[in-house]
This record gives sequence, structure tokens and C-alpha cells, in this order.
Amino acid sequence: MSATVPSAPKTNRLGLAKSDYEGAKSTLCLGCGHDVITKQIVTAFYEMGVEPHRVAKFSGIGCSSKTPNYFLNRSWGFNGVHGRMPSLATGAILANRSLVGIGVSGDGDTASIGIGQFMHLLRRNVPLIYIVENNGVYGLTKGQFSATADLGATLKDGTVNDLPAVDLCSLAVELGCAFVARSFSGDMKQLQAILQAAIAHKGTALLDVISPCVTFNDHEGSTKSYKYAKDHEEPLHEIGFVPFFEDTLAEIPPGEVKDVTFPDGSVVRFHSVGRDYDPTNREQALAVLHESRQKKEFLTGILYLAPEQPSLPDVLGMTDEPLHQIPLEKVRPPKAALDAIMESLR
Amino acid sequence: MSLGVSGEMPAAITQSAVSANDFSLQVATANGSGSQTANNVLMRAIFRMGIPVSGKNLFPSNIQGLPTWFTIRASGAGYIARKREIDVLILMNPDTAAADVRDVRPGAVVICEKKLGVEKLRDDLTFYPVPFSELVMKVTAGSELAKLRKLIVNMIYVGVAAELMGIETAEVGEAIRRQLKGKTKAIEFNLGAFHLGLDYSQKTFPEKSPYRVERMNATAGKIILDGNNAAAIGCLFAGATVCTWYPITPSSSLCESFIDHCETHRKDPETGKMNVAIVQAEDEIAAIGMVIGAGWAGARSFTATSGPGISLMSEFIGLGYYTEVPSVIIDVQRTGPSTGLPTRTMQGDVLFVYTNSHGDTRHPVLFPSSPEECYLMAQQAFDLAEQLQTPVFVLSDLDLGMNNWMSDPFPYPEGAITRGKVLSAEDVERLKGDWGRYRDVEGDGIPYRTVPGTPHPLAAYFTRGSGHNESGVYSEKPEDYVRNVDRLKRKFETARTLVPGPVFEDRPRAVAGVLAYGTSHWGTVEARDRLSKEFGVELDYCRLTALPAPPSFRDWMQRHDRIFVVEQNRDGQLATILKDEYPEFATRFVSVLQYNGLPLDATTVVNGVLDAQPAPGRKER
Ligand SMILES: Cc1ncc(C[n+]2csc(CCOP(=O)(O)OP(=O)(O)O)c2C)c(N)n1
Ligand code: SF4
Ligand SMILES: [Mg+2]
Repeated sequence: MSATVPSAPKTNRLGLAKSDYEGAKSTLCLGCGHDVITKQIVTAFYEMGVEPHRVAKFSGIGCSSKTPNYFLNRSWGFNGVHGRMPSLATGAILANRSLVGIGVSGDGDTASIGIGQFMHLLRRNVPLIYIVENNGVYGLTKGQFSATADLGATLKDGTVNDLPAVDLCSLAVELGCAFVARSFSGDMKQLQAILQAAIAHKGTALLDVISPCVTFNDHEGSTKSYKYAKDHEEPLHEIGFVPFFEDTLAEIPPGEVKDVTFPDGSVVRFHSVGRDYDPTNREQALAVLHESRQKKEFLTGILYLAPEQPSLPDVLGMTDEPLHQIPLEKVRPPKAALDAIMESLR
Repeated sequence: MSLGVSGEMPAAITQSAVSANDFSLQVATANGSGSQTANNVLMRAIFRMGIPVSGKNLFPSNIQGLPTWFTIRASGAGYIARKREIDVLILMNPDTAAADVRDVRPGAVVICEKKLGVEKLRDDLTFYPVPFSELVMKVTAGSELAKLRKLIVNMIYVGVAAELMGIETAEVGEAIRRQLKGKTKAIEFNLGAFHLGLDYSQKTFPEKSPYRVERMNATAGKIILDGNNAAAIGCLFAGATVCTWYPITPSSSLCESFIDHCETHRKDPETGKMNVAIVQAEDEIAAIGMVIGAGWAGARSFTATSGPGISLMSEFIGLGYYTEVPSVIIDVQRTGPSTGLPTRTMQGDVLFVYTNSHGDTRHPVLFPSSPEECYLMAQQAFDLAEQLQTPVFVLSDLDLGMNNWMSDPFPYPEGAITRGKVLSAEDVERLKGDWGRYRDVEGDGIPYRTVPGTPHPLAAYFTRGSGHNESGVYSEKPEDYVRNVDRLKRKFETARTLVPGPVFEDRPRAVAGVLAYGTSHWGTVEARDRLSKEFGVELDYCRLTALPAPPSFRDWMQRHDRIFVVEQNRDGQLATILKDEYPEFATRFVSVLQYNGLPLDATTVVNGVLDAQPAPGRKER
């Protein structure tokens, strides 16, 4: 019998294994869409070779908001209060802009209680991957409608939603967000490409991901069920992402493509599928989003992308250094400065 | 409406003989009339003559047209609390004229616009009617100054008052020049207006005011500033690097001052980049969220707000407490509840702040009494927040934050700043990763933390506002919960030993103790002297500077069978806390309260004490 040589575990560019990016065991319902997204996040950070200690994870409250515990164990996590993840993340990222921020929220967390903070985060272009795990209901409080539930959708007990849905993507484009995507937890390939591109993006990257709640909103009559999403998903394009440290662009078959390059050299390549869509055209994005809402279409893909837009720390003219690392003599002015202030008050 | 004396003051404590450097001067104008500069000039000129002063602006929540009173108190004896009795009134606002005249003390001096005709209203006052509107027309008629009439008239009353009260012309001139730093034209026409008033008064009024100033030497080297600016300077020198805020009176000027100071002192001369992040948030919830996020990520972060903001912040403050994140909240209190009197003062948030948020919570609270303490306590708050890993409150108020206070220049901070128990990558390596975010290693209840970004695979931890065990892992186990909140309580006991201690001042033959905190200090110390001088009532004094109070405070209470607790709120909020925390002393507390939105005056305290304390010298009302 010959000895089998154990194959070396696969590693990324940092020499880390995928397991180095995993988190605690999920306690969500079996089959919950959120768990699928968690897996994609693990893969994306692994593939992108992000140092785990540089990642800060944020969330509010909800089933979705529990998930940062289930990925990137070696990273810092802050599970805050309901709907206020944006402000926590804003403070932390300003304090240390070298952190890679990822926030996970739910549709209740974002579109109801947290819509104010959400809008202001977008407006400020805080560097943060902001994932809304959108299931149309409040999972954790047992299935009430959320503000993203579509008009006419029903709950399990037949209750009909008679208010229009908040469209987070239109809102994001409207407020100047420079990376707006919609996806579906069941479309792993697309979600993976979008996540990797989001990691490369330097401002807010909003990912509105339909993520079915198998316990409370996966029935006939729901517009956020697996079946409904699968039947209705209409990708705007196929997305290929090539990070700056890889040189595989040539391998992507040419065709009707548009490339968008990030400042670090990473490239997103869009293959058009059917419709003629330019993800760098804000007006078109808004028009298509409005139109798709009228037609009840479920469009997915990167709806809008403008990688060069300055983010909040730049707008504030901030130093690159993590603020707690700035030496005291640079944040405590000298005695002469105090004397001058005192003199001006005599 | 008026702000003067209510007329029921006991005769025994009215001032009998008028002496120099002891008066309260009130300027009654409408807001938006630009009187601020003139009033500051008056105050600073007196200050420059070496006489202790304070300047308090009683203003409406409005931009233009409603009545405003600016009160300057000059006191050779150094009392700078608001004085309830008005000795000199400068009456420029027709809307409040009758009430203002009604409310001044007998024998007061009234400088007034002649055409108001208020001289008929009382015969126990000295009136100096001045045709301000005619005078100002004379100097501005047909000139480009016409549109500045409203401003110029203010400097005319400065001239009249200076001449009647003996305020030196040279010092007024210097005060004008300093106030209008470098604006040559403005200095020129303000000086002109001042002299116009001066000349008119000289020619018209042979009889001078009985309330006068005489040069002395009690302000040399001192500065004048408001507590908000002082706190901002404190934050600057504390090395605060994140400031978030949402505008609200009376705290806005704190952050605005911080912004100004940072523009000069926090721009890196080499890179031109800012060593600070300042965000005007969308509301107070976001402001505190950013503070906690930044504190978690290692920065020294703070926000300044007032009562309504604290109400909004409450959920996050509980998160900061339970997740143990250093953060500083400066609450510049105003009159509540609800919108209340937004431009008036109160010590109204003591109880709310101390136990803020749901569940069992307790927070260290610092009570500055003076601008210098705003400066020092702002710095201490950051040290405490990092040492204790918790939100720390600094409780200022509108009187302290926005009014003008004399102060000694501030000392430059000594030594490094306190970062508390922080593990570096090397520490984590040395411990081989065997550390727990909420483990009590030294028995003081304070755990160790790592700062996000620390480059070690075992440095990270998960922070959650839900139940957690010593490692920060989610837990609903009863024993984990109890162990954790008991440790938090232990940590609060440690806080008791770290916060600034009370200031005690005992007197021989004291019959009781009096306790005050924050701005209630000033009226209390003056009252204490008056009680001694006028009634032979001696009181020991304790000024509480922080909660939770150190053991020395219990000892002081132990020694007093009766303790007057002076506060500016209706319900005796500090007394309520003390009764709860020291039930054995509960029957000893006697509240002395003022809650009309005005800064505490000594007369209120004198009366409050005499109501409960027999004083043989007290005359019947
Ligand atoms: C201030 C506050 N109000 C209400 C709640 C109760 N609550 C917890 S989660 C939740 C809704 C979560 O819905 P969503 O964000 O869509 O997350 P999901 O569970 O669907 O993933 C609510 C209302 C809370 N935690 N805090
Ligand atoms: S209740 Fe719904 S959202 Fe929550 S874990 Fe279960 S399936 Fe997921
Ligand atoms: Mg939901």
C-alpha cells in the first residue's frame, strides 16, 4: 500500500485557507436565504485575499443582523441596535479608515426603523459594503410585513400588504450612492462577482439582496419567495470581476462588453444580455428602476457604478492614519497654542 | 413678562448702603438689535478695571424681535452668581419697559430712552432719560452710517453708562478695539458713538449714579470665556479625534468652537490633512452611534448635546454601557421637559443621565462649575471613558456653557493620556490568545480590549448588545448574565475611586451642611457668606464634582444631621439619587430649589435655608 501524500490545502494570495474566513455556526432556520449570503461573503473575502484583521463587521438587529457572527471569525464585529448600524459603521470607519467595513442589515432594519441613517450613510458615501438581506418581512419578530414588501403580496395567513414597497436601489441611486446592486441569494455566481467588486469599491456599496425567509415568507403569494425570485429574476448583464492582483481579463470572452475600472486596477466586465444597459449612466439607472417597478420586474445586477466618487474621509480631508495611532504630539497642540488661545480671551 | 425681582424679598437682606463695585446692571433690548457687542464692551471695560464681573445673556428662542436681557454683575467681593436684584437698568426695549421698571429694586438707576416716558412709573428710582433715537439720527443723518443706526445706538448707551458709573474711557476704548479686532472702520464709528453718549451724559446729568465702579486689582491675568468654548478647548487638548453633533441650543457653540480650534490646530502642517473627523450628524441618534463606533475603533470620540438629544440617544447609551465602549457625552442642560425653555438654564438631566437607558445602568457623571472645570473635566472624561471603557457624561448647563465667566488661564495638560486596558498584538501573542473581552482579570471589573485592526489572528472579538459571556460570545445563560452585570457593578465601584472628588469647605460652628454641584455652586457660596454675615448661620460646604461619589462624601454626610441640597430643578434630582444610594441619610436632606429657567441667585438659597433653619437674626417679612 502506498502512502497518500495529503494534498496541501488550497490557500489565497495571503496563504490563508478558506476556513480562516469562516465564522461561528449559524443558528438561523435551515434553508434561510441569509445563510447562503453568508457563504458567499466568506468566499468573496477569501478570494479577494483581504486580511481578516482589517475587516470590521457591523449589523443592526434581526435574523440578518445576526449573520456577521457567522463569517470572518478573525475579524472585528459590532452588532449594535435596531436600524442604527450606519452610524456605528460611520464612526468606526472614520476612526480607522484602513478598515474594510461590511455591514449586514435586514429590510426591516434598513427600510423601516433605520431608513434615516441608511439615507444619510449613502449621502455621505461612507466606505462600507452595505448588504440588505431583503426578505420582505421581519423574520426575527415572526413574520410581520416590512416596508419592502410588494403591494399586494400576502402573508402566510392571507393578510394582504396594501402599501407600496420602498425601493432601496432607486433611493440609493437618487442619493448619490456610487455602487448600487440588486441580487438574489439564489444567484450565487452573480452575487459572488458583485461582492468581490464591492470589496474593491472605496465608497458605499449597496447590495439589496433578495434573501427568502423560509419560515415566514416563502409561500405562494409572496414576492420574496425562492420560487418567485427564481421565476422572475432578470439579470441586466453578466458580471465578471477581475481583482487588481490577477490578470485574467483576457480569459473573459469578448462580446458586447463594457469594462469599469476601479482606482486600484480591478475591473468589472459587464456582458450585456439582451438589453442595452450602461451601469455608469445614472439617469438610465433611475429610468430603468422606475420602469421595472411599474412592470413588476425583478432586475438584478450592478445598477449603477461610479468608482471614482470621493468618499467621506476624503471629503473631510482626513489623514490616512488610524486616528488612535496618531502620536499625542500631533493631536495635543503645544503649550504655545494654549497660550495663544488664552491670550485671545483676555 | 419680566425677569426682575419678584418684590417679596425680605427687607433684611436688601442691601442698605451702596458701595462701589457692587451692582447688577441689566440691559433690556430686543434680540437681533445687535446689542451683544456693546454689552460685551461694557462688561470687558469693567473687567479691565480690575473688577470681578460676570455676564449673563437671558435670551429668547427666537432670532429677531423678542425681548433679551443682558446682565452684568460687578462684585468687588468676587461674587459672580446672577444677582436677583437689579441695581442699574438700561432700558432700550419699549415692549418690556413698564415691567422692567416695575421689577428693579428701590433706589435703582434707570438709563432709558427718553420718549418711553417711564419716569412717571415710579418715584423711588433715579431716571436718566436719554433721547437715544434723536442722538443717533444726528450723527447718522444723510450718511452711509444710516443703516447702522440700530448698532450705533447701543454704543451710545455704553457712553452714557460709562460716564454715569465711572467706567474709564480708556478701558472702554480698549475693549472696543479688542472686541472688533482689526475692523478699523467699525472701531472708529463705535468709538464715535460711545463718545456721543459720554458727552451727552456729561452735559446733561450733573448727578452721577450711586452705583459706581472704582479701579481695583482683582482680574489681572484673568480671561473671560464661556464654558462651551472652554470644554471645546479641553477636547482639543485631550486629543479627541472624532466629534459628532446635531445642532441644539445651548450645546451647538461647543462643537462650533471645537471646529474653529481644529481648523487652526489639527491640520497637519506637512500633509495639510486633518487629524480629526467632525461630522454634523442627521440627528442625535446618529451622533451617539458614530461616537460609539469611533470609540470602539480606538478613537477619542465625543458629542455635545442637550436634554432632547439625550432622550434620543438613550438606546445607544445602553449599548455603550453594556458593550463597554469608551465615549464622552457633554450635556449642556437646558430647561425641560420637552422643548421646555430652550434658551434658559436648568440642572434638569441629572437623574435621567445617571441611569440613562433601559435595564440596570449607571454612568459616571462629571459636574463642572466653571469654565476651567469644563476644560479640565472634558479631559478627565476622556481618560475615564478609556480607563473604565464606558460612556462618561459631562453635565454642563446653559448658564455655564453660554454665559461669560471670568477664569484663570488654563494649565497645560501634564503627561500622556490614559488609554486604559488595551492589548496590543504582542500582548495577544504573549497570552497565546488566551484573553476574554469581558474577563475581570484584576478584580476591578474593568476588562481588557483590543482595538479593531490589531494585526493578530486571535486579537479580534465580537461586540454585541445582546447577552454575552466573558469571551463576548452570545449567551442567554442566567449565570453568564448575572456574572457580567455584577462585574459591571464592580466596575462602577471602581469608577467611584477614579472620578474627581468633592470639594469640602468646613466652617467652625456650622449648624448644617450645604451641598451643591455645577453652576449651583456660585449662588450657594454667596448665600453661605450672607447667611453667616447677616444671620449668623454657619454652614459647611460640599461641592459634588462627580457621581458616583467617593467614600469621603459619605463621611461628610455622616457628620451632618441636616444637609441642604441646592439644585436648579423642581424635583431635587440629586437629592433623589442620594436618598436612593444613601438611605441611611435620607431624612437629612433638605432641598433648596430654583427652577424658573434663570441662573441660581444667592437670595433663593438664603431664603431656602432660612425657611428650614431657625435664625435668630432673621426679621419677619
Ligand atoms: C428599538 C427596537 N424595536 C423593535 C425591535 C424588535 N425587532 C427585532 S428584529 C426586528 C425586525 C427585523 O427585521 P429585518 O431587519 O427585516 O430582519 P430579518 O429578521 O427579517 O432578517 C424588530 C422589529 C428591536 N430589537 N429594537
Ligand atoms: S425566521 Fe426567516 S429570516 Fe429568520 S432565520 Fe428563519 S428563515 Fe431566516
Ligand atoms: Mg427582513
